Amino acid sequence: MKKAPVLILGATSDIGLAIAHRFAKEGYPIQLASRDVKRLESDRADLEIRYSTKVSLHEFDAIKTDSHQRFVKKLPIMPGIVVCAVGYMGNQFESERDIKSASLVMRSNFEGPVSILAEFANHFEQRRSGTIIGISSVAGERGRASNYVYGSSKAGFTAFLSGLRNRLADKGVHVMTVLPGFILTKMTFDLGLTPFLTANPNALAEYVYKSYLKKKDIIYFYKRWRLIMALLCHIPERYFKKMKI
Amino acid sequence: MKLAGWGRYPVIEANISAPRSVDDIIRQITKGTSIARGNGRSYGDSSVSSSNTLHMKHFNRMLAFNETSGQLVAEAGLLLADIIDVFLPEGWFPSVTPGTKFVTIGGMIAADVHGKNHHKDQSFGQYIDWIDIIKTEGKIERCSKTKNPELFHRTIGGMGLTGIIIRAAIRLKRVPSAWIKQRTLTAENIEQTIDLFEQSLDSTYSVAWIDCLQKGKKLGRSLIMLGEHAQLEDLPDTLAKSPYASPVKQNITIPFFLPACLLNGLTVKTFNKFYYWNSKRKDQYQLVDWDRYFYPLDAILGWNKIYGRRGFVQFQCVIPLDKAKDGLSELLQTISVANVGSFLSVLKRFGEQESLFSFPMKGYTLALDFPVNPKTLNLMQQLDLITLKHAGRFYLAKDSRMSRDTFLSSDPRAKTYKSFRVDGGLNYSFSSAQSERLGL
Repeated sequence: MKKAPVLILGATSDIGLAIAHRFAKEGYPIQLASRDVKRLESDRADLEIRYSTKVSLHEFDAIKTDSHQRFVKKLPIMPGIVVCAVGYMGNQFESERDIKSASLVMRSNFEGPVSILAEFANHFEQRRSGTIIGISSVAGERGRASNYVYGSSKAGFTAFLSGLRNRLADKGVHVMTVLPGFILTKMTFDLGLTPFLTANPNALAEYVYKSYLKKKDIIYFYKRWRLIMALLCHIPERYFKKMKI
Repeated sequence: MKLAGWGRYPVIEANISAPRSVDDIIRQITKGTSIARGNGRSYGDSSVSSSNTLHMKHFNRMLAFNETSGQLVAEAGLLLADIIDVFLPEGWFPSVTPGTKFVTIGGMIAADVHGKNHHKDQSFGQYIDWIDIIKTEGKIERCSKTKNPELFHRTIGGMGLTGIIIRAAIRLKRVPSAWIKQRTLTAENIEQTIDLFEQSLDSTYSVAWIDCLQKGKKLGRSLIMLGEHAQLEDLPDTLAKSPYASPVKQNITIPFFLPACLLNGLTVKTFNKFYYWNSKRKDQYQLVDWDRYFYPLDAILGWNKIYGRRGFVQFQCVIPLDKAKDGLSELLQTISVANVGSFLSVLKRFGEQESLFSFPMKGYTLALDFPVNPKTLNLMQQLDLITLKHAGRFYLAKDSRMSRDTFLSSDPRAKTYKSFRVDGGLNYSFSSAQSERLGL
């Protein structure tokens, strides 16, 4: 049987592209969506040559929510799996002082993804099949002084995915939440992350693929992040507020 | 950040960046003299620049493939392993391959790598149709045999010092299967080894493993392995059904540095004896899968750690054909007197090759590994002198310690290469720790 395509929203991101490679390797046709599709031309060639699969490019801007309905309508084939790897970290310092900066972070991580995934959710619900994979972040588990604007937008996205999963559970639609810790990407290249907690995008993609096969609901990567976040979330607020992390 | 080559010696404090686009590269090379780094498999300091090392790992895409000619257009950071993964199942294989598949296209061009088929097919540079390179002013220049030929011929084997290689078109060759028909010959000493090589020039692949601790009449005792791509009729029925399928293998990973004292004259001697007799008693003909034949060491990930924390150095020289017997005898004599263990001693026959700066020339090339210590470094200086005496030269992709004088007297082409760099202002933009050491 011919496989339905995998749509990657935010395909210029390292995580999005790595997941595209992983699914393409299994013979899935790939739809790469991004604001700047020109940058994806060579990735399309690369995916097509490596895996002999069909790859198409689609212009998509997460924060232009008005365009989302049209975007879905214009897709030549309705995907079987939608991966949302859209994200923007911004700069916490700027976000604290300038609401425009903060707003861009919130719209990129929450409003945009929610808007586009809502479209697909409705389509998938109707046809009673499909998978939605949302890349959120452990940063959404508890707000921290060093990046709570980004964290809170991811918290919103995590809660949205949770609700969506709840709503679609008996409609044949599977929703998976991915909670990466540190991943070595262009977003984090300069942060000087500790290797013990930092994974590379290909390793994450492998885990996402395996978890997709097992129909997992919420996955942490590395798994050790689950423990770390559990500990972090259980520090009483009265002590937590004095910690600068 | 501390950075070294595959031999883990020398270790250099270096600035590293990992550009993602051509614009990124151009921004980077205006910051200070730079060198591109592929997968870091050159042994010494040729892919390290303390001022600016550009990690090319994000340039690893395949851009086009022509199914008639076997021409692959790809970015410079693409690994050879990926090329084999994708194209061997379709019946294609690299025309020339070094002894590891964990190298990049850019690195193979810069070192103009050779394989076990040099005597027949020459080096990797023969199979390059064109190269895109970023020069000083940040402009992308395409060069080939007909377009900008000097830049092209100096980039092949130019150790990355003519600019940042970003794309290339290379040619793969058709192979009948993923298997090699191997024949092993034994030679009692170096004279016999060379005679056997000369009689085997028709073989597509040939390489000898030398037991370099033997003395006297047994000096240069070796196993010579000849190889041909197995045809369908060479394969048993089970394999002939899917001739390009590769056996699934478990790789071993060396997780930590082994103590350097494990490698000494005695352990290497024992290993060599075992290896020699073990191979000798086997059948002469064997069917070997491509991975084990071409890349035996790749199965042990991180094998460079067996040499201990201080790392290891490789010595690889080529001696011209007419002086080969004398030169090799003297090299082997000196090694065996020093009684220093080299696990890997490999001898290959090079065919004709005229290049502007590449390593190969018609003759014999000997490669040896040594753990880094004062004794081996001293021995290698002796080997340098013997090589010079016999008009030989050295492989820069393996070098990490040669002196400037040794290098300059070994290779008269260095002078013209340097003036090419100076004339184009390339020396202000591109340099490696090695090029500074050797005065290139």
